[in-house]
Amino acid sequence: MTFIAKPKVVHPSLPRNALGLIRRDYEGALSTLCAGCGHDSITAAIVEACWRQSLEPQNVVKLSGIGCSSKTTAYFVSGGHGFNSVHGRMPSIATGANAANRRLTYIGVSGDGDTLSIGLGQFCHAIRRNLDMLYIIENNGVYGLTKGQFSASADVGTKAKKGETNFQPPIDPVLLAMTLGASFVARSFSGDKQQLVPLIEAGLRHRGFALLDVLSPCVTFNDHEGSTKSYAYTREHYEPAVQADFVPPEREITAEYGPGEALAVTMHDGSRIMLRKLDAAYDPTDRGAAQARVQERLKSGEFLTGLLYVDPDGGVEGGRQEFHQVNGTPEEPLNSLPYDTLSPGSNGLAKILARYR
Amino acid sequence: MPTVTNRINDFTIKIATVNGTGSASANTLLMKSIFRSGIPVMGKNYFPSNIQGLPTWYEIRVSREGHLARSGAIDLMVAMNAETYSRDVKEVSSGGYLVYDSTWPRPVLLGRSDITVLGAPLARMCNEAFNGVRTRILMKNICYAGILAALLDLDLERIRELLAETYAKKPQLVESNMKAIGLGYDYARQNFSCPLPLKIEKMDRTGGHIMIDGNTAAALGCLFAGATVAAWYPITPSTSLMDAFKGFCDRNRIDPRTGAKRFAFIQAEDELAAIGMVIGASWNGCRSFTATSGPGISLMNEFLGLAYYAEVPAVIFDIQRVGPSTGMPTRTQQCDVMACAYASHGDTRHICLYPANPEECFYMAGQAFDLAERLQTPVMVLSDLDVGMNDWMCRELKWDDAYRPDRGKVLDKAQIEKLEKFHRFLDKDGDGIPYRTLPGVHPKGAYFARGSGHSQYGAYTEDSAEYQIVLDRLVKKWATAKKLVPRAVIDATGGSDIGIVSLGSCDSAIREAMAILKARGVGVNYMRVRSFPFSEDVERFLAAHRLLFVVEQNRDAQFRALLTLETAVEKSKLRSLLHYSGLSISSSFIVEGILAEGEVRPETMPGPGALPPRAASGTV
Repeated sequence: MTFIAKPKVVHPSLPRNALGLIRRDYEGALSTLCAGCGHDSITAAIVEACWRQSLEPQNVVKLSGIGCSSKTTAYFVSGGHGFNSVHGRMPSIATGANAANRRLTYIGVSGDGDTLSIGLGQFCHAIRRNLDMLYIIENNGVYGLTKGQFSASADVGTKAKKGETNFQPPIDPVLLAMTLGASFVARSFSGDKQQLVPLIEAGLRHRGFALLDVLSPCVTFNDHEGSTKSYAYTREHYEPAVQADFVPPEREITAEYGPGEALAVTMHDGSRIMLRKLDAAYDPTDRGAAQARVQERLKSGEFLTGLLYVDPDGGVEGGRQEFHQVNGTPEEPLNSLPYDTLSPGSNGLAKILARYR
Repeated sequence: MPTVTNRINDFTIKIATVNGTGSASANTLLMKSIFRSGIPVMGKNYFPSNIQGLPTWYEIRVSREGHLARSGAIDLMVAMNAETYSRDVKEVSSGGYLVYDSTWPRPVLLGRSDITVLGAPLARMCNEAFNGVRTRILMKNICYAGILAALLDLDLERIRELLAETYAKKPQLVESNMKAIGLGYDYARQNFSCPLPLKIEKMDRTGGHIMIDGNTAAALGCLFAGATVAAWYPITPSTSLMDAFKGFCDRNRIDPRTGAKRFAFIQAEDELAAIGMVIGASWNGCRSFTATSGPGISLMNEFLGLAYYAEVPAVIFDIQRVGPSTGMPTRTQQCDVMACAYASHGDTRHICLYPANPEECFYMAGQAFDLAERLQTPVMVLSDLDVGMNDWMCRELKWDDAYRPDRGKVLDKAQIEKLEKFHRFLDKDGDGIPYRTLPGVHPKGAYFARGSGHSQYGAYTEDSAEYQIVLDRLVKKWATAKKLVPRAVIDATGGSDIGIVSLGSCDSAIREAMAILKARGVGVNYMRVRSFPFSEDVERFLAAHRLLFVVEQNRDAQFRALLTLETAVEKSKLRSLLHYSGLSISSSFIVEGILAEGEVRPETMPGPGALPPRAASGTV
């Protein structure tokens, strides 16, 4: 980590977003992670995506559990509230917070230990509820803060730094999320900013639960030879299947797409994601086929990446409903309802008590 | 054979049935018709942790004096369950009565010559009068209500009126139920000498009162307090609180224009998630709560520590049941006193409220939200199965329309705008309570809520001094809490240097015990503690008495332990009366317990100061 803060001098020529903010306005505290940690690249991609999306910083809510990844919510959007909760329980904090105010943007950052071991239950149930949030897993297959134990995402045959081999099969969050009915499932690599930033943008706009599993090598405990989550191994085995280009509602689609190559998915707010299929056999809107393809590639040791599944009707009428739609809560946040609309008053009480007399 | 005389409006009925056979309707009908006759009445349900087919009992205490605890005696037993006949017969007080279904012979009943046995062929009568197996079973239970109506001289018109209210949407059920009532009523009038000396005579002692259970009352309190996010995992005996809250919201919280629900009701995947959701919603500015029982409290511990340290409001209703572990889920105890007071690892102390009856459940629900938001910390309301699930007669609940929720020190946009910098955990007012901000209001108000070490400015820290400043301020906040929590209820009319100290649902049994003791020449004072931290009057009462009986419903004297830990009281002054059978505590248990203590026998009771001073070796 570095302890030298960057000077707060702003050059007038720095690009500004629709709110007139520069990228620096979306940064946070200095990272205390190891130099070269994949997580810091993801933090940078989140900063870039939030800036591009012109999110009001105070409307960003950053939630995390415990672990290296969970620390990173302090490193972006310092103008947004953060909640670093307890190990594996971030989804329940997110559920309550989202229930209280549906108008904010909820970004959860978790790790493979936090999500797939101690927090597996809450992760699954947040997906079932289709909670409107972007859930990023910074996945490195290892416990960093406790010095190098295997996590539940460690692949069979991978070697720990001390030489031990893992024999237990991994839990793959992408396959799990697809099985549980998630409406947006993506995978990326911390070393591929070109792919990662638009995926975060699309995830932020998606109405409902958006899962983004990011392979993020641990330079200290899992970047050695024999590890299947090292930079070298990941670069060799990750295989972009679908490139997602985020197109905001006000912009025309200008990029050139070959016939049959691109698929536009319109989001609830009118923005679109242009999906460029790099693997012709892949259909990211067919849950069953997508799941089969991801699984098949995993068997041969390849990680398919990109927006691997998106429910084209997610959050829109007739499609998969998100948490508030299911609960029938009002458009205005529950935390802003005036008290007099909540209490039936003394007359109301007298009426209620009639049956208890 | 001895018989009971002059027991008008003063007796206890116990009804033994099988669960899932509709006996609950019959029992409620009986109790409510006594209540509507103007006579104070209590109903206690002893039910199994089961859906159908296991023994269940219902106890109805009729008390013209208004004593609403178990007395400890059974004057009339309705033994409808063959499986439990022998023990039910044994339980009847000498001179009492037993009603049974004489369709089948029950030789075991003849074993007691000191009670009056009344047999009625309930099953046979219902089999002849009704069709369908299920209907026959249900009607058999309504039929015993008819027998009791005749024996106790209950007004049939009142019963019809209650049935009409219950089955307002299915009027045909009123007639079939009345038919079954009539069968029992007529049989009893023709075959027994009705009414019995135990009988009902109309009084006027229930005006301004309602019959309600504590869970329903607590749910109402949450509705009126403006709670909008309720998250829970189903667990007996707390579930009815959440069911009631949802029911009240469905009827009172729907936007008339859009049909939108002004509440979120979330069934969580477990208690860990339930409390997490409550903390998330409270952190984001909603009044939020959960209801659970002992096992849920155990699971919530880690999160409770987070809410304490990150200073997030939360309201938790703990409807205590019998522990340890799964224990007896449908029986009552006060066994989470310690677990709640110090829940979670590290130095934590939590505000606890101890309601004694449904009325207090209602008002304390509102207080719990005000305290939680004012003090930015979890507040636990320790009810129990007895208060929560039994119907209690209590004063009609009132609501003050001038009430406005105390949302505590939450800065709004304009206030944040004026700040140079916002510091989340700084004690600006000297009361130990910092200011908080909500997400989505102002970027300057943003801070990082965390359970890891933090400085008073809100930053992560591993610095000893910075850490300790925050921890010490939390102690200061605890001192502020002491001034805000409900005070103890003290009854010093005993004029004695002997006192009873208790909490929660022991109250009605204690008050009856005091009356009995007084009649026997033993005066005792009484303090009912209503909160933790203990208000200052608690310390004064403890100091002012020579001998103190601590009455509570658990084996290990948890409340007594809490008193010795958190006050200066001498341990040697405290005598425990511990009731932990799982049944509600009775007045006779307390009377016997107090009289068994050599120092309080009326004939040997010394005047104040007559005993040699005791060694203070027990002081903590």
